[in-house]
Amino acid sequence: MTTTAPQVGGKRKKRGGILGNTGLYIAVSIAALLFLIPFYLILRNALSTDPEITGENWKLLPSFQWSNISELFDDQTVQFGRSLWNSTVVAVLMTLGTLLVCSLAGYGLARIPYRHANKVFYAVLATLMVPTAVTFVPSFVLVSSLGWVDTYRGLIIPGLFSGFTCFLFRQYFLGFPKELEEAARVDGLGYWGAYWRIVVPNSLNFFAAIATITFISGWNAFLWPLVIGQDPSSWTVQIALSSFMTNQTVNFHLIFMATAISILPLVFVFLFLQRWLVQGIAQTGIKG
Amino acid sequence: MSTTTTHGVAQPAAAKASQARPRRGLRGNATLNFWLFTGPFLIGLVIFVFVPIGWSIWLSFFDARYTVTPSHFVGFDNYKQILTNSNFPDSLVTFTLFAAFIVPTTWALSLGLALLVNRLRFMRAFFRSVFFLPTAVSYVAAALIWKMSIFSGVRFGLMNTVLGWFGVENIAYLASPNPPWYWLVILTLRLWIQAGFYMILFLAALQNIPAELYEAAAIDGAKPGWQTFRYITLPQLRATSTAVILLLLIAAYQAFDEFFNIIGTKATWAQTPLMELYKTALGSSQDYGAGSAGAVILSLLICIVTLAQGKIMGFGRGEESK
Repeated sequence: MTTTAPQVGGKRKKRGGILGNTGLYIAVSIAALLFLIPFYLILRNALSTDPEITGENWKLLPSFQWSNISELFDDQTVQFGRSLWNSTVVAVLMTLGTLLVCSLAGYGLARIPYRHANKVFYAVLATLMVPTAVTFVPSFVLVSSLGWVDTYRGLIIPGLFSGFTCFLFRQYFLGFPKELEEAARVDGLGYWGAYWRIVVPNSLNFFAAIATITFISGWNAFLWPLVIGQDPSSWTVQIALSSFMTNQTVNFHLIFMATAISILPLVFVFLFLQRWLVQGIAQTGIKG
Repeated sequence: MSTTTTHGVAQPAAAKASQARPRRGLRGNATLNFWLFTGPFLIGLVIFVFVPIGWSIWLSFFDARYTVTPSHFVGFDNYKQILTNSNFPDSLVTFTLFAAFIVPTTWALSLGLALLVNRLRFMRAFFRSVFFLPTAVSYVAAALIWKMSIFSGVRFGLMNTVLGWFGVENIAYLASPNPPWYWLVILTLRLWIQAGFYMILFLAALQNIPAELYEAAAIDGAKPGWQTFRYITLPQLRATSTAVILLLLIAAYQAFDEFFNIIGTKATWAQTPLMELYKTALGSSQDYGAGSAGAVILSLLICIVTLAQGKIMGFGRGEESK
């Protein structure tokens, strides 16, 4: 990714000289600082006491109250551990399910010759026209008539069948080198065998990219868990955070500690898998 | 991988062998395999996407209060009701205005960041990560920070603290709709979360612009900076810009999370279309008919926007960008 860029940058730099370059770094550093402020605030407030947060004078650094963590998890009225667990289960199962179901379908549409494959593909494409958020009313109606309110099933299963993810997989598999599959065929593997032994092991980067996106959106989802999670025991982290905001009984430092804990795993996942994510976005790309 | 079977060895013409193979047995049957691969997805798609859409359209023509299996057909009454007797049309207008602000600003900011990062030679990955990182944060968490820390109306909010250094009185950003400070809160939040993602798209596109174009432009006497940007970079980014604007527009009409958490459903201002639908269908009145009618209208609107924009910006491009 980084190899092609310096050409353009290098050209400009020659004309801009050292002064232009310094200006560039000053501008980009200011922008970066602004973007980091919210992260700073979360950490500062999470490790402060309430009087420090609400105090008259701004305190740049907190007093590092690590005990806020245990206080949060010990608080029985909040049940934060429970909602963390719910979010983990939902995001993990959603990621695995989506990868499995959508990648198989994407491969089938891209590679297996079938007379009506195009018609099926158009039916999938048509669903992209209707944003999923808009259909939450009828989806709720359906899920509640299945008796899935307040269950993991209700939280996870309706979200697995993403036309968009299937579309991304299809586009990706269209570009997968055919020779590899043909070699597998010569070795006597059918479609199924070739898929699992050749195609998937050679596509792990792309799977990682989709997994990251799916995991993040599963963890961060709000509207659907809000509709489905009627009982606090089935709340995800996002619903719990939202309830802290409206409900005045929770202390500032606990709210911010909860926010920090809800964000941290995601930030790590993100930084860790960023390379594949950037590649994936560029590849499937909305390049044109 | 290297395990050549007897077939492969016996028949030197490998291509022929793979041609003949699909006819034999179950594992080679293409039609069966097609359904085996796509079946699970398609079944789910029908149940959880097509059925809800169909059911929604059906419900929108029935008197469906407190019930999802109504029997009283009312024609277009639900549509009339949601378009005249509710706040839904107002919210559509408000959110067209909202889109008119958030779409160009996000577009400009993400393009600007991409141009900046693209010119960096050192610490490029670091800065890219910093701008991209907010993508991982949920709207709920961001809403919490914005509402309770940055734009907290009392003196310990960051914004009021900073303004206080310059002798400005505390501003209650979210307490009342006049003056509409809440837009500042909402817009900055959305910019912060969205910009990095679209920056990545622009970065990828910038790196796909052939360097010869810039060389040719330089030979033809184009000045670096604005002229090159205007006549080379911008036209080359047209396809990406179209996609970005489209995604931003669709996202703006579907805004929910941060409005729900910052403004709340009890306020009379800044209620998004989805919040109105949420209140209509899942609130105390449980009017699934009117809620579904609103959902149908919103979907149609988004479809029209998508198609219109594809027509205006997408198809005109063809030769020019090639």
